[in-house]
Amino acid sequence: MSSADMTDLSAGPLSHPVMLAKGGNRLRRNRSLRLFLANPNALIGLTFLSLMVGVALLAPILSPGNPLAMVAQPFLWPGQDMAHPLGTDSMGRDVLAGLLHGARISLFVGIAAAGLGLGLGLVIGAIAGYFGGRIDDVLVRIIEIFQTLPSFVLVVVLVAIAQPTALTIAVSIAIVTWPTIARLARAEFRSLRQRDFVQAARSIGYSNARIIFQEILPNALPPIIVTASVMVATAILMESALSFMGLGDPNVVSWGTMIGTGREMIRTAWYLTALPGLAIVFTVLALNLIGDGLNDAFNPRFHKRG
Amino acid sequence: MSGTRRAARALRRTAIQAVPTVLGIILLNFFLLQLAPGDAVDVLAGEAGSATAETMQAMRERFGLDNPTLVQLVNYLTGLSQLDLSHSPRFGMPVTDLILQRLPGTLMLMSLSLAIAVVLGLGLGTIMAVNAGRPVDRILSVLSQVFYSIPGFWIGLMLIILFSVRLGWLPSGGAGTIGARLSGWDLFIDRLRYMVLPAISLSLLYVAIYARLTRASVLEVCDQDYVRTAVAKGLSPWTVSTHHILRNALIPITTMAGMHIGGMLGGAVVVETVYNWPGLGRLAYEAVMGRDYNVLLGILLFSAILVILVNLAVDLLHAWLDPRIGAH
Repeated sequence: MSSADMTDLSAGPLSHPVMLAKGGNRLRRNRSLRLFLANPNALIGLTFLSLMVGVALLAPILSPGNPLAMVAQPFLWPGQDMAHPLGTDSMGRDVLAGLLHGARISLFVGIAAAGLGLGLGLVIGAIAGYFGGRIDDVLVRIIEIFQTLPSFVLVVVLVAIAQPTALTIAVSIAIVTWPTIARLARAEFRSLRQRDFVQAARSIGYSNARIIFQEILPNALPPIIVTASVMVATAILMESALSFMGLGDPNVVSWGTMIGTGREMIRTAWYLTALPGLAIVFTVLALNLIGDGLNDAFNPRFHKRG
Repeated sequence: MSGTRRAARALRRTAIQAVPTVLGIILLNFFLLQLAPGDAVDVLAGEAGSATAETMQAMRERFGLDNPTLVQLVNYLTGLSQLDLSHSPRFGMPVTDLILQRLPGTLMLMSLSLAIAVVLGLGLGTIMAVNAGRPVDRILSVLSQVFYSIPGFWIGLMLIILFSVRLGWLPSGGAGTIGARLSGWDLFIDRLRYMVLPAISLSLLYVAIYARLTRASVLEVCDQDYVRTAVAKGLSPWTVSTHHILRNALIPITTMAGMHIGGMLGGAVVVETVYNWPGLGRLAYEAVMGRDYNVLLGILLFSAILVILVNLAVDLLHAWLDPRIGAH
């Protein structure tokens, strides 16, 4: 992997390899950050995502009141009445209010699911890769089981059994996405555990937990960070598909639910399906652009040719 | 070693590796079935509206739902060994029959999507690689990012708006013209008309993935000595790209295609719901709505086994094609 040759700084026969590994990290991080910020696509993604996060946080102020409440006559087209710039749905609910409040649930599920999946995957992958042996065999089997089950089908089953709320949806998505991170973390830990700086840390007498979290983890992070941003995107897509199918949290407005209800009126009021979908596409696109930018920043070799 | 013997060895090795995975999946499946709230009898009774506690008890006894967990597990495993995924009270038929009845629809849809994805992905990826760094490459890169970010069900609905509602060219759902007695070529065309939109909706994500994969692997292969040699000895650019570059660039794509079967099955759940396509995905949706956990978990188990079988096939193909694989 990429991080293997980048940590060469720390691999020399020096007296304080542990210290040097950290210094190398800082250098590398600065350069990656500069590369990331010089990438126009990544910046566009970052800007749009920040905007979305702002909208999600400020939704109750930008659009006070319950987004599920009837506020006007039904089927107002976008632009028809400036009090409701994006129109109203079949129940007279404001579409813009729905979009603003929908950002909250999409981002909450996306971030919570990615965070949980990341935590679970990191711990399991780190244990498997660092210790190896029988525990590795068992964990690899478990990872394989989860990677064999079609993930969206499993999410549908889990949410149907657990009953849909924002939290159960996030947990279910985390349950199907952690194996990706676990695999990645396992590979990184396996290759890094033999490095000189880890041997040095061990000879100083650091505990396994300290070696895993403070010595290896920072070096294993780059590919994991890239995957994490894609995980948020995947989680948002999964949440929207679930709520489109009627498996969303029934108490909150979500982009997927809006598409699901708008679908019935697709012949007469197609804006009801089109608008929430655009919100999903742009948010997910922003996250993917960020992921791409991070990837290029961490692996500059691949970018030389354009 | 001959190709057949290599394939046989790969088959044995992969089959042995698959056993614990299958067992794990079966146990997980049973465990989830136990967790499911209420049971099918509750749903049926609720719909009938007049079921007494006694009739519900009688129904539970008939379906074996009142046994202790361990007995149910033994029953479940015995049933599985005879390919019996128990009965669906909701659909009034054995779950296995129900799944087998819907399987061809999903397989057809997935094959067409995969074909579209591979052809378009290879094409776009090659164009991007050949023009690496130029505007064409940048535009197509952004386009593939967009494809990668679109939810399948939403693009499905947008295609319906455009091609069915506005233009009226293609049907908005279903699997074939009802009442039309078609055969031969006409039947094929009719089916295809109903399949095109769902297949495109399902394939878009994979078009993006294969395009990016092709771009990367073509760029990598182009740097190899044998490509330089081929160019140096004066072969035409077309021969070099088809025989030397694309052929080698294909290997990572076939590997990925095997891995994508599970993802496509998941995508089929939503896309089939959008288009009322009578496949496994639509069945999963109906099972969720009807709280029929037997059917739902049957689909999960079945699709996992399908994933294992496809991966087995891909492994075999690779072992047969490439002597280096499976040599160790």
